[in-house]
Amino acid sequence: MSTPEAPTPEILRDLHRRMVRIRRFEEEAGKLTEAGRVPGALHLYVGQEAVAAGVCAHLSDADQITSTHRGHGHLVAKGGEFPGMYAELFGRTTGYCKGRGGSMHISDLSIGMLGANGIVGGGPPIAMGAAFSNKYRKSGQVAACFFGDGASNEGTFHEAANMAALYELPLVFVCENNGYGEFTSQARHQAIVDVADRAPGYGMPGVIVDGMDVMAVYEAAGEAVARARRGEGPTLLECKTYRFYDHVGVKGMRIPYRTQEEVDLWKARDAIDSFEARLAELGVLDAAAARAVHDSTLAEIAAAIEFAENSPLPSVDDLLADVYTNA
Amino acid sequence: MNATVNLAAPLVEPPVDETTRKLPYLMAIVEAQRQLLAADPNVFVAGEDVALYGGVFGTTRGLIDEFGPDRIFDTPISESGIIGLGIGAAATGLRPIIEIMFMDFVGVCMDQLVNQMAKMKYMFGGKATLPVTVRMMGGAGMSMAAQHSQSLEAWFCHVPGLKVVMPSTPYDAKGLLVAAVLDDNPVLVIENKLSLGVMGPVPEELYSVPLGKAKIVRSGTHATVVATGRMVAESLKAAQLLAGERIECEVIDPRTLQPLDMDTILASVAKTNRAVVVHEAVRFGGFGGEIAAQIGELGFDNLDAPVGRIGAPFSPVPFSPVLEQAYIPDAGRIAAAVRATLGK
Repeated sequence: MSTPEAPTPEILRDLHRRMVRIRRFEEEAGKLTEAGRVPGALHLYVGQEAVAAGVCAHLSDADQITSTHRGHGHLVAKGGEFPGMYAELFGRTTGYCKGRGGSMHISDLSIGMLGANGIVGGGPPIAMGAAFSNKYRKSGQVAACFFGDGASNEGTFHEAANMAALYELPLVFVCENNGYGEFTSQARHQAIVDVADRAPGYGMPGVIVDGMDVMAVYEAAGEAVARARRGEGPTLLECKTYRFYDHVGVKGMRIPYRTQEEVDLWKARDAIDSFEARLAELGVLDAAAARAVHDSTLAEIAAAIEFAENSPLPSVDDLLADVYTNA
Repeated sequence: MNATVNLAAPLVEPPVDETTRKLPYLMAIVEAQRQLLAADPNVFVAGEDVALYGGVFGTTRGLIDEFGPDRIFDTPISESGIIGLGIGAAATGLRPIIEIMFMDFVGVCMDQLVNQMAKMKYMFGGKATLPVTVRMMGGAGMSMAAQHSQSLEAWFCHVPGLKVVMPSTPYDAKGLLVAAVLDDNPVLVIENKLSLGVMGPVPEELYSVPLGKAKIVRSGTHATVVATGRMVAESLKAAQLLAGERIECEVIDPRTLQPLDMDTILASVAKTNRAVVVHEAVRFGGFGGEIAAQIGELGFDNLDAPVGRIGAPFSPVPFSPVLEQAYIPDAGRIAAAVRATLGK
């Protein structure tokens, strides 16, 4: 699926659509949280859309990803459907996890989404295991592991990186460096600037890309995925990006762990705004057509939320179901 | 040599007699893996030094010669990575047998075991299936000190989503391992290093010992002794001692700790009216407390005395043989506890 030549207009429109779907899903999810209509903690992906879209555009349903606590965007980019996603946030039986997992464990194994994860650094060993399985089964599938700059300090990342390189597994480590591990800035949690610097230490290439530029992510991810598919082993792709909302929730605690100036600077580089301008320049999608994508997505979301809110709540009788297989 | 195997319907607990071939516990573990590997291409073995070296205890010896490096994998010393490898592989259709060399090393992979492996099915609304087996060597008695001798089974019995077995004989070492690998859930198999050389009858065919089914290893009428792992053998020794005093113990080996077969235990207590629970793990907070509590809750009317509990003292496992010997429960202490419940 690697495309050394420029992406086609179809691909460009697909990337745009994936990003808009993530953004709109998240904005509406944030509103639901603010209004107290969905329970629990929500970690919004807004700002980082170019990463999930640019990577997942190279993956088929058979390819696997592992995700993070900030996982909605990865599922949307992998092909997750809104009704099942919102229903999960509402804790309904029609949710992807039948209301058992919620935001932090949203998953769909049928499209290779091996789960959002409430544990920072929980995903890399599992992604490595899936990639191991792909190689063992000679299936041609590729796994991608999304994780943050924060998780790059967890031992699990280092163990998975070493093993993936050692076994030459079909795996792409996608570091979404959004500059913060929860509320602690990167400068305060690691002595390096580029997480990609860690890749050579494990014998794999490290690539740095502007995570606010979906075409750049798409191009770099294409090379990494193609390399994995060719059986040449893993790549660490570091995408420099930014979290527009707080670590958790919409408004956060108003504790000034980062400056408004910094937030505004990154928002000025909004991946969707800049991509829409570029698509207009390229004559691939004009402003009205872009607007139509947003509008149709919003209409789809409204229907999905209605579906979710009207879906049945789990029966308390089923509390113990699915702890075990064939219990 | 491998008998023809029907994995869908393996023999279940075949009977043994004097003519049954005898094997050491160690070789029963190897044979189970060899037959499973031969029967199912989705089964593979991964762990530290399991391939070229055959396992530091020899529990995977020879597998690399028979199945090659595409089925038997040496891993780096990276326990979280190893467990994650098992999770990711199991979630995508394989049936891994993972070895954690010493049980004590679970400390460096607890998140993968407890937060990932155990919970994935439930968190995903039942949509994940994780047929992964994790073998680990537990137990004291070899002067390997505090970080290579523990019995930590209670930690895992407390975690919904995991199954936990503790084979006490060569027969169970093979049959429970087969059952664990054929089960579609994560199963931890806690083997015992002092038991590795113990000989016993082991049928040559592939067979399983059903998970969640206790075994009455000795019948008796005066007191019930519920023992796990190597303490089963110690309890049998204690029972023999007590038989000389006209005290007949019924010794029960739960074999599977999670799920636990309380029915067999309660039926025995209903007959004997006295119970002692025995494990090698530290007594405080140990799994014996759960068994004792359930006997109290469900069998109170049948009890003529408080349930006795035998376990290790509240200290790390000591190094010096004289200290270690004093630390590990033995037949003498078990017998004393049985006498105490009988007021003798």
